Amino acid sequence: MELNRLQRSFLEYTAALFREGFLDSQFSQLYQLQDESNPEFVVEVVSLFFDDSERLINDLSRALDQTNVDFKKIDAHVHQLKGSSSSIGAQRVKNSCVSFRNFCEAQNIEGCLSCLQQVQQEYLLIKNKLEALFQLEKQIVAAGGAINTVEWML
Amino acid sequence: MGLVASETQFHVLAVDDSLIDRKLIERLLKTSSYQVTVVDSGVKALEFLGLIEDGCGSNDTSSNSTRRNHHEVEVNLIITDYCMPGVTGYDLLRKIKESTSLRNIPVVIMSSENVPSRISSCLEEGAEEFFLKPVQQSDVNKLRLHLLRGMG
Repeated sequence: MELNRLQRSFLEYTAALFREGFLDSQFSQLYQLQDESNPEFVVEVVSLFFDDSERLINDLSRALDQTNVDFKKIDAHVHQLKGSSSSIGAQRVKNSCVSFRNFCEAQNIEGCLSCLQQVQQEYLLIKNKLEALFQLEKQIVAAGGAINTVEWML
Repeated sequence: MGLVASETQFHVLAVDDSLIDRKLIERLLKTSSYQVTVVDSGVKALEFLGLIEDGCGSNDTSSNSTRRNHHEVEVNLIITDYCMPGVTGYDLLRKIKESTSLRNIPVVIMSSENVPSRISSCLEEGAEEFFLKPVQQSDVNKLRLHLLRGMG
């Protein structure tokens, strides 16, 4: 049955995301906060994360492009990105921010540029994966089902 | 339980400069059935609590309707982020504890960074709890104890 297949895909897809470290348990916490009164909570918060991240990555590119690099400002941006990625469970993005902050502290431009590239890559990866996940959810709901996050109890 | 307070909702003021974190903390608090006010800065929190005047003064004719002070708005608990530009969570904590009318309101600090000296200075300044972000439902469950104690 189509619905069963979709739900199985959903579970396998999310299991892989957790297993490969793209997401951590904070992501499953988001689903705990979603209910009938707030049925779009996860999508809303994740969308905020996408907007926020894109803005911060742009700001970081610009800041690193300056003749006199302001490492304090860069650190502040990375701190923000680390915070928001941590809040939604985007573990790999968060971890890449940790390395980034170390290079900021060391005032190492090359290191920072390399980290920025990595942050951007990790961001794009998780964005694609979450968008695919939400598509799958939509299909499940359209087929008359509900998503099951109980099996995520990590 | 038969207590009057079981009919009144506790009112929590949440302060965080991050939009995502505001959304999260608001949701967490609302699932615990608290009435929630969320502001995005320490300054707005101080204004809401009546510790500083909002607006520039008497030229603003609408200011009387928006001005609030601690006699009109009851807040049962304040939960604030530590790292905020301008008035930090720590500054906010100190101002509250220095205020004769507000010092008994429990204050909880949230931070994404696990810095022991930061934690101990907040607790020494009178914060009830220090939560590491991301804040969990289990953290929010601990608030009830402080809220109930505040009723005495």
